[in-house]
Amino acid sequence: MAKRVLVKGNEAIAMGAIAAGCRFYFGYPITPQNDIPEYMSAHLPDAGGVFIQAESEIASINMLLGAAVTGARAMTSSSSPGISLKQEGISYLCGSEVPGVIVNMSRSGPGLGGIHPSQGDYFQSTRGGGHGDYRTLVLAPSTAQENYDLTMLAFDLADKYRNPVLILGDALLGNIKEPVELKPYRKTPPVKDWALTGTAGRPQRIVKSLFLADGELTVQNWKLFKKYQSMERDVRFENYLTDDAEMIVVAFGSVARILKTSVDKLRAKGRKIGLLRPITLFPFPKAAVLAAAQQCGHLMAVELNTGQMVEDVRLAADCQAKVDFYGRPPGSIPTPDELAHEVEKAWRQGGRK
Amino acid sequence: MSAQTSKKAPAKPAPAKAAQPKAAQPKLTQVFDRPKSLKDVPWHFCPGCHHGVIHRLVGEQLDAFGLREKTIGVASVGCSVFLYDYFDVDVVESPHGRAAAVATGVKRARPDNFVFTYQGDGDLAAIGTAEIVHAANRGEKILVVFVNNAVFGMTGGQMAPTTLAGQVTTTSPRGRDIETAGPPIRMAEMLTTLEGASFVARVAVDNIKNLKKAKAALKRAFEYQVNGWGFAFVEFLSSCPTNWKMTPEAANARVGKEMADYFPLATFKDRRAE
Repeated sequence: MAKRVLVKGNEAIAMGAIAAGCRFYFGYPITPQNDIPEYMSAHLPDAGGVFIQAESEIASINMLLGAAVTGARAMTSSSSPGISLKQEGISYLCGSEVPGVIVNMSRSGPGLGGIHPSQGDYFQSTRGGGHGDYRTLVLAPSTAQENYDLTMLAFDLADKYRNPVLILGDALLGNIKEPVELKPYRKTPPVKDWALTGTAGRPQRIVKSLFLADGELTVQNWKLFKKYQSMERDVRFENYLTDDAEMIVVAFGSVARILKTSVDKLRAKGRKIGLLRPITLFPFPKAAVLAAAQQCGHLMAVELNTGQMVEDVRLAADCQAKVDFYGRPPGSIPTPDELAHEVEKAWRQGGRK
Repeated sequence: MSAQTSKKAPAKPAPAKAAQPKAAQPKLTQVFDRPKSLKDVPWHFCPGCHHGVIHRLVGEQLDAFGLREKTIGVASVGCSVFLYDYFDVDVVESPHGRAAAVATGVKRARPDNFVFTYQGDGDLAAIGTAEIVHAANRGEKILVVFVNNAVFGMTGGQMAPTTLAGQVTTTSPRGRDIETAGPPIRMAEMLTTLEGASFVARVAVDNIKNLKKAKAALKRAFEYQVNGWGFAFVEFLSSCPTNWKMTPEAANARVGKEMADYFPLATFKDRRAE
């Protein structure tokens, strides 16, 4: 068994990144993710890597672009307002097909908001977030262990698709301290035949997102679209006690973790409730949600916002289930009992069947 | 072949041809050619624009230092975005103003490659001010080629931070009012104040004398990165006849007069020589 350590969720992300071969980190301080740059500044140099505290979030994401374009594994991290600033670079990464990992240990907004856990960045994360018609893969961990595991996966997916991958956590997942098994990274990163290394022995390589020639940009956008479609192969989700469920709750990240306990409590009372937890928010587990809708005719989205993922749940359910919603804007973290109460209330009203 | 025929050849090419066909040809030496680092393609630049000359100067130095195959160029946004169409080197295109940050990432990941950015004043002196200041201050071992034509070129001639006082542009139709728009920024002087910047110069290519000085400054700037000495910045004053609404001749003359009066040509910092 691999070594187990007691660490903060933020540190687990940094550890996963270094284990996966990330050697370049660029960041800017913002709460509640500061453990990531702090860990990287302490440990990357020893791993033969480079840590730069950039002058801005914008510079960080552009430094990532520069390092990643040479074929290196690179990461930046921030929290909501900082991620907004990085959107320019994320759009360019997508447009010029450069891989990279961007961590958003999100906080609450809008504006300066606060530093509470929130899932208010769901739309920004899954709809592209910047200008242009693009998508990033979005991974949503719900434990410190998953922070570690999914960060390693993020680098593989980024390289596989030549696309940025977003890890969407929140203040809770970043600051929770729990045991993490430091599984070794066993993959071999792919050869990058597009990376800029100098033209010695080969023709010039160009990495760009400007396509001005007649029809060129249309071709490029269709190519990207097909790539985003192909990401469906890497959809991930967890079904928890859904087999015989009369109602299935759909939730991700920290709130899904709380809901597991709520489901256990309701099961103890004989309520047949299940939980479907999307792990990839893009691609969204549409087929799994549709299957859940068809199975029990009653879904409920629960989020730490006023209603974002619920739209994807309704689209995926394709009118084959009643879709209830419970949302909690930032300010407090719901307890398992509170959520169990809300879920039971919806369950009592019944679904479509 | 004998020394005798070589001597004879230039004087009497025709008879020598019969006796010694090959050696008797007048020996032609090519004295001017396109640098190998530049592709054999026509410029898209407007007539009288200095970008072509500046591209050539950069290409010459890439050749002279034998860097073509080791170079990663960082293109910016503006007329200079098509860097990759002209230079036969690897190129990444950066967002507007971010070239110095992108180049930082490239150089840190590939310290043995030669990394340069090529940016205009709308890019570097406006939206990219933070990136250039901090890259310089960190002493990133990159070369920044800054082309200052006192106007946003590609977008159609709007006012730039470097637009001269009173200069009419499409967004300063009554002339730049320094009361409201502030005075033009002298980037080279500003960067010179940073301890992290090692080489800073401003040059022009409006006449042969300045062109030679520009070549020398650029060569020196190349040495800074080749030898790992630190951050080098060369500002080129450039004409923009189209957006200045001038003939190429008048625009060229303006560079040497009005522009050079406000933006003095000098090497502001050459740390290794100090």
